[in-house]
Amino acid sequence: MDKVLGVKNLSKVYGPGCASCFELTGPEHDTNICPNCRSVVAAHDVSFDLYKGEILGIMGESGSGKSTAVKCLYFDHEPSSGRATFFDEGRQYDLFNLNAAQQRRLANHRFGMVYQNPHLGLNFDITAGGNIAERLLMSEVDNFSEIRGRATSLLSRTEVLPERMDELPKNFSGGMQQRVQIAKALVTNPPLLFLDEVTTGLDLSVQAAILDLIMEIQQEKDTAMIVVTHDLGVIRLLAGRTMVMKYGRVIESGLTDQILEDPQHAYTQRLVASAL
Amino acid sequence: MSASYPFGFLNEYAKKEVRRSTLKAVAIPGYQVPYSSREMPMGRGFGTGGLQLTLSLLGKGETLKVIDQGSDDSVNAVNLRSFIEMTCEGINTTTKTDEADFIQSRHRIPETALREDQLIVLQVPYPDPLVVVEPSEDKRKILHGEADYSRLLVKLYEDIVKFDEITISHRYPTRINGHYVIDPSPIPRWDVPKLNQSKALILLGAGREKKIYAVPPYTKAEPLAFEDVPFRVENFSDENGQRRSCQRCGCTSSFLDEFVDSKTGKKVYQCSDSDWCDAQGSASVAEGRTPGATDEYPPTNIEQVVVANG
Repeated sequence: MDKVLGVKNLSKVYGPGCASCFELTGPEHDTNICPNCRSVVAAHDVSFDLYKGEILGIMGESGSGKSTAVKCLYFDHEPSSGRATFFDEGRQYDLFNLNAAQQRRLANHRFGMVYQNPHLGLNFDITAGGNIAERLLMSEVDNFSEIRGRATSLLSRTEVLPERMDELPKNFSGGMQQRVQIAKALVTNPPLLFLDEVTTGLDLSVQAAILDLIMEIQQEKDTAMIVVTHDLGVIRLLAGRTMVMKYGRVIESGLTDQILEDPQHAYTQRLVASAL
Repeated sequence: MSASYPFGFLNEYAKKEVRRSTLKAVAIPGYQVPYSSREMPMGRGFGTGGLQLTLSLLGKGETLKVIDQGSDDSVNAVNLRSFIEMTCEGINTTTKTDEADFIQSRHRIPETALREDQLIVLQVPYPDPLVVVEPSEDKRKILHGEADYSRLLVKLYEDIVKFDEITISHRYPTRINGHYVIDPSPIPRWDVPKLNQSKALILLGAGREKKIYAVPPYTKAEPLAFEDVPFRVENFSDENGQRRSCQRCGCTSSFLDEFVDSKTGKKVYQCSDSDWCDAQGSASVAEGRTPGATDEYPPTNIEQVVVANG
């Protein structure tokens, strides 16, 4: 199997940080705020590998550090320590040692990101088509009809009516905005896609449609994905492997079925038991 | 009067600083070099950026031409010229593009092709083309550094979607030497191709925004466009597809100003570059033709110049 991403000991601390930050926080201390220096340990010692075509789920309550981990990988935040290696077309990229321009290039060309809040992923002052065009223009596509064509086909693929592509995203429903975001993320055919709570806050039928879409894309293009969610249903449906996070630490990881059927950690047991 | 001011009004330190910034601007084509724009005895926004460049670079015995929207007699040109004459003893002024060593201009580049030994300074109100898409200067500097102009291109894309063409009439974003995109000051699109591989050094100075930048001689300047929607200059054809001519000199190859004749109420067109217009008129007279006749002078037809985006 081709490895797409290898993450080793990723940590992110907000605040000054001190020597005992990592010892005094975590699930066993029931906090992620260091009592010594008041720094927030958002994520610590997160390691995993991701393979081609695989969907990895990251599950946990809010504030557990799951979004932080993904945002570090998409260069939205700078990690405090750790390594991440991205394998692409026979080349390796040491993600956190690239300069800003190289990081931006990778994020634009080879990664895709879908945020929970469409306001983060879309520019609401430009049309839906313009949002998709922006990503292509960043990737040095400078042919207007080609941009138009690819935006149209992506929008029909994500079931947004192409007739509405020249409308502003604020005129769209939440589900449609999310589909535009997915189209935007997919337009450069990225081998790696980050999905941060994509279905949270959407009604059930729209959720189902978007999850269907994600699965279809994964099968069509063999895209590797990291799905961050607190929804067990989403994890069960999408993810082959799952990590459970609490207070910035990975407390359990393994095959999704295993974790949902036979949870080992007390928190995971409670989480699974509380699911409807 | 002249005794109370140093040559060029500014003190030597101020001039030295502008010259250093100018050298840096020439060395990094299109990069906006910050400088400490001095107070001038006129409001910022009246050409103080261009004026400081001129005062710092102009030397005794050199010949200066000052233009405002193509005309030597517009109020901004007249005032700047008399200020420079007053503070720079021993310089000459002219209205003829050919005779000038040094041209300061507001919003036009002369129709006459400039030579290697000439220099043009353009007055700039807004130096940063990214200001329309990114309000924070900090972030704009990063975007410039990484040559990330996708957001400007998105603006062009949206223009084409809404209006079927790019609707920027002046201040057309232009990429210099394959990296930095500049705001070439409010010159019309007509003048943008003149930036490309220009023989003369082009300096741009923004007084209020405190920036100097340059298009050095023989440097590539490409207006942003799409491969299949190329950059176009203004089209001066009438409803029958006939190129309009200047009502004064008959020229059919210059940038025309449109205005309404107060007597007849009709629209009339006239060369925007007054020196060019005069030269055309006298050329026709010298050759025994009546002014107003449309002929093919000058031989190069520069209408519809298309610069491919490469």
